[in-house]
Amino acid sequence: MSAVIEVRDVSVRFATDFGEVEAVDGASFEVREGEILGLVGESGSGKSVTATAILRLIRRPGRLTGGSIVLGGRDLARLGEDELQKVRGTEITMVSQTPRTALNPLITVGEQVARLFVLHAGLSKADARKRAIEMLAMVGIPEPERRARQYAHQFSGGMCQRVMIAMALATSPRLLIADEPTTGLDVSTAARILDLLRDLGHRTGASILLITHDLGVVATTCHRVAVMHAGQMVEVAPVRALFAHPAHPYTRALVRSIPRIDCEVAMEPIPGAVPSLLNIAPGCRYAGRCPWVEERCRQIKPGMTEIAPDHLVACYAVEDGRARVV
Amino acid sequence: MAFLAYFLRRLSLVIPTLVGVTIITFTLTYVLPGNPAVVKAGPLVSPEMVKELEKQMGLDQPFWVQYGRYVSGVLHGDLGESASTGRPVLKDFKQRLPATLELTLASLLIALVLGIPLGVQSAVHRDTAIDHIGRIVGVAGVAMPTFWTGLLALYVFFYLLGVAPPPLGRIGPGIEPPHAITGLYVVDSLLTGNWKALGSALHQLMLPSLTLGLSVMAPIARMVRSTMLEILESDYVKAAWAAGIPRRRVIYGDALANAMIPVITILGIVFGFLMAGNAVVESVFAWPGIGNYAITSLMTKDSGPIQSFVLFVALLYVIVNFIIDILYGLIDPRIRLE
Ligand SMILES: Nc1ncnc2c1ncn2[C@@H]1O[C@H](COP(=O)(O)OP(=O)(O)O)[C@@H](O)[C@H]1O
Ligand code: SF4
Ligand SMILES: [Mg+2]
Repeated sequence: MSAVIEVRDVSVRFATDFGEVEAVDGASFEVREGEILGLVGESGSGKSVTATAILRLIRRPGRLTGGSIVLGGRDLARLGEDELQKVRGTEITMVSQTPRTALNPLITVGEQVARLFVLHAGLSKADARKRAIEMLAMVGIPEPERRARQYAHQFSGGMCQRVMIAMALATSPRLLIADEPTTGLDVSTAARILDLLRDLGHRTGASILLITHDLGVVATTCHRVAVMHAGQMVEVAPVRALFAHPAHPYTRALVRSIPRIDCEVAMEPIPGAVPSLLNIAPGCRYAGRCPWVEERCRQIKPGMTEIAPDHLVACYAVEDGRARVV
Repeated sequence: MAFLAYFLRRLSLVIPTLVGVTIITFTLTYVLPGNPAVVKAGPLVSPEMVKELEKQMGLDQPFWVQYGRYVSGVLHGDLGESASTGRPVLKDFKQRLPATLELTLASLLIALVLGIPLGVQSAVHRDTAIDHIGRIVGVAGVAMPTFWTGLLALYVFFYLLGVAPPPLGRIGPGIEPPHAITGLYVVDSLLTGNWKALGSALHQLMLPSLTLGLSVMAPIARMVRSTMLEILESDYVKAAWAAGIPRRRVIYGDALANAMIPVITILGIVFGFLMAGNAVVESVFAWPGIGNYAITSLMTKDSGPIQSFVLFVALLYVIVNFIIDILYGLIDPRIRLE
């Protein structure tokens, strides 16, 4: 399958009061036609920053320091602001982590969907309104005509997220980025939102980059998964392979930490904490937490190696066979 | 329906405020120097005659009785007389009010038209030259007293450069004021197509309204800046960027509309500044408004007009804040629909 978007060696740095921080360190992955790619990692591992970088919305004190983001033959990392504005909201759209506050409180929900049709598809106001109501119906909002005239504060969190999804799919994008779209929703609402995303992604042909810190969500929703640790991409694999044969020491720890109903063994927490990114050594950022660490791990960052078809890992111990993948 | 309830709730808060205001203005007669009976009778009367006059004027009655009479007078449009002109204060007020309104509204317009974009640009270009210049202009506008900036403006633009007219009221000498419709010369001359009067009225209005407007521009610009900074970081603005909404529309549409809610709040305070500044600026530019009238009365210890001026400003303040509350409800659906 061909890639919709190819992210290569993307790095993002932030200037902080204590010095420069490289929040994303040379991340590479691609999202393929029609798939849902999960992007997982603990909180603070740089998932949201990566998503923001793809949209080229990193702002001061941050900046994109390197890499390419190729979408339909163009490198977004090299596009000007005017052209980027045409890509955002049409070819790439975003569903955020904060559905309740991501809608403008002063504009009716229907108008917020409709204006995208006016802006991006050149529809008349009346046609845009009609399409907006259709979209609201499609994402499962009951009485869409009436609800379209209401404001965000009259919607529940789950309903707000449905509106966000309607907005994100309104323009038939090639890539939809969903950054922890179920944060703050109760379990059953969260499950329904994920179902909706999967279903609509399939129906509209949009590829989805699904950001989450929950491997359970990955298991039920994604085709492939990319694992991030402290700003570095450590493993990219099909979901089945990742759960059956996790290779990177961090992924192994992550998989072991999933609570399981079918197993008596208690889940193991991941040893150590996400390292501070200030003054961090140039090599593998898992070194401080890794049982297989050796000197070169701290010096030079390991490259991605394909250990099985479509299964990429960045780890010396796996490369050498010291940490055998079981 | 919810809006009507909101409206009535706000309106019910106005009444206790008005009672408080009248108590204060009434008490002013006790605080202000000069016995009203003495002022009225003139200096050449005997103490017995003053006593007699006090009795006539009801000044020997208990506080609450006098207050009751005062309020009932005010309710009937009786604001007393000016001791120095002998004319009813209300009449003097009516005649001078349009001048004050014209100056106040022009100043407010200047403050908003300059202050809002300055605040927006300071927020968008935070910590750059624009932001620093905005801050300096703002501090200068607040720190310099208006009588001083007014005189300075006159010295530079009238005396040195000769681009401003002499400070002699609302319209140039020998020019017929426009036919009165609203009483505001600029509006009336526009309505009647009287271009000569319009030019002259605008020319006369230029320096006083700039002096007053610039003095209140700073708080508006600062408020717009700080709320814009917050709102530019909000989730819905980020979502608007990500949705490819054009930059100008995100800043001046999505963000500024939301920023106006707190800005409208301080418009009430700004209005208070304007009314206080009015009195000073009107004196400097010989502007025939009620502020000027109040200052003249203050000089002659004429308590009637001063008391009425305070009452009037307080009343205006209450009305303006009531309108602001209603505006809130109109702008913000969260208030309107709760
Ligand atoms: N505005 C910012 N200023 C400074 N550092 C930032 C900023 N935003 C993000 N970072 C850095 O990027 C890291 C990753 O953040 P983020 O991508 O939000 O993590 P995640 O989404 O995986 O939880 C943070 O731990 C922080 O060090
Ligand atoms: S073995 Fe080295 S490279 Fe592999 S995860 Fe551990 S520290 Fe990183
Ligand atoms: Mg995040």
